[in-house]
Amino acid sequence: MSIWGRTAVVGAYEHPTRFAPDKTAFQIHAESARGALGDAGLGGKDVDGFFTSGVGPIGVLSLAGHLNLRPAYVDSQAIGGSSFVSHCFHAAAAIAAGLCNVALVTYGSTAASERFAIGTGAGGFVLEPPDHFEAPFGPTIVGSYALVAQRHMHEYGTTSEQLAEIAVTMRRHAGLNPEAKYREPITVEDVLASRIISSPLHLLDCCVISDGGGALVLTSVERARDLRRPPVVILGAAEALRHAEIGGRDLLDVAARQSGPLALERAGVKHADLDLATVYDSYTITVLTTLEALGFCRPGEGGSFCAGGRIGLGGALPVNPDGGGLSSNHPGMRGIFLVIEATRQLRGECGVRQVKDAKLALVHGTGGMLGQRHSGVTMILGRA
Amino acid sequence: MAEPKPYRKPLPRIDEESRGYWEALARHELYFQRCRDCGTKRFYPRALCTSCLSSATEWVRARGRGTVYSFTVTYQNQAPGFREELPYVLAIVELDEGVRMMTNVVGCAPDAVRVGMPVEVVFEDVTAEITLAKFRPVS
Repeated sequence: MSIWGRTAVVGAYEHPTRFAPDKTAFQIHAESARGALGDAGLGGKDVDGFFTSGVGPIGVLSLAGHLNLRPAYVDSQAIGGSSFVSHCFHAAAAIAAGLCNVALVTYGSTAASERFAIGTGAGGFVLEPPDHFEAPFGPTIVGSYALVAQRHMHEYGTTSEQLAEIAVTMRRHAGLNPEAKYREPITVEDVLASRIISSPLHLLDCCVISDGGGALVLTSVERARDLRRPPVVILGAAEALRHAEIGGRDLLDVAARQSGPLALERAGVKHADLDLATVYDSYTITVLTTLEALGFCRPGEGGSFCAGGRIGLGGALPVNPDGGGLSSNHPGMRGIFLVIEATRQLRGECGVRQVKDAKLALVHGTGGMLGQRHSGVTMILGRA
Repeated sequence: MAEPKPYRKPLPRIDEESRGYWEALARHELYFQRCRDCGTKRFYPRALCTSCLSSATEWVRARGRGTVYSFTVTYQNQAPGFREELPYVLAIVELDEGVRMMTNVVGCAPDAVRVGMPVEVVFEDVTAEITLAKFRPVS
């Protein structure tokens, strides 16, 4: 029996903070958990599955203690910012298998108030074998994505103007989100005039650095019927990893190329059926390569696909109506916000940034360093 | 005369899998691996062939020529050793033998680097044990 269509997101909460120097990350986790459980009409005692990431190698033990949870199913997936999308995928499998009943996914970070230089810091978090052949040369996270952008420009003639349009669209969306970190409109010229961080990527091609967090509650569709909110059902999901292989990988072969078609097939959904997408936008190039790899356009056509308002509200495929990481928030690992925004859109509670009559959404999280090694998790969500 | 500046960038660790690579670089020779059983080339060096799981490995000397597969001119990096050298060129070079490796392109203005540019290896001795393979435009 398929696991798809049997688990629903029943609670979603995005912490409104973008700067919280007096809070710990754990406090943001706790406040977010309260928000999502309250949204669902459930309490901490109902939780028997716990999912989190970004808390260190055994930090899930400390965090479960801080929240005083006694889960029977635990997953501290660590594949970068996409981990939280993966959590929902894994929670769907666990709930459908009867391994837990109520899954809580939490995220919290104080990256901005700790002045953590996420994209341009130490250039590698660990020194595992591959790092010894990379770290001596100074890769930064933005540099890793920039390598992909440069190669894309070389192969397909993609331009900085096309990438800039993505940032402009995300900022326009953020103007409709009162909680977004940056809301003032920007133009293509503004993006191109901002300083280059790692060519060809400018400052405004890069996501913001904020504090923040969020939480999700998932349970079976049967139980969801008795809860407060309209359930948003997980119809399909898939994940994939890409790395340097044995020294020959095509930089443009991103993980979404594998996870996207599989997730759509599992959900029985076609591209044309989708009303919106929430796509990890660590950098403008992330959106372009992801949409291309997911199959919304042919390889090389991502630049023109993202232009002309197609991915803006009112366009054929609105992407990140909340303003995304490029303008709303990015505390280091943004995957949970992709699921939260898709859930709210499908519930129809997004006010001025609501995608009209949204029934089906695609979520795609990218984690890690796109040009070196990264994860991709695609999930299809639908109104019950 | 000024003291040489201490080397502050991350230094690779030499281990059982990678010793042959780093020892060759110290002699100013660039090597990659090939499986003796199935012939699959691999980089970076590993104990086992990922195709057939054999540990029978031969070291193959590269000519040291290749082309820039992709690059980025890095203008911001707070890490010690790099922040003093901005801007620098991070690149992936494809060797003529077909192996792609991360490196720096040196010996030219950062803005002169292009995808597809022919490059040749230069050996940079950074410590008594460690030499890095960097690349410069073919003269």
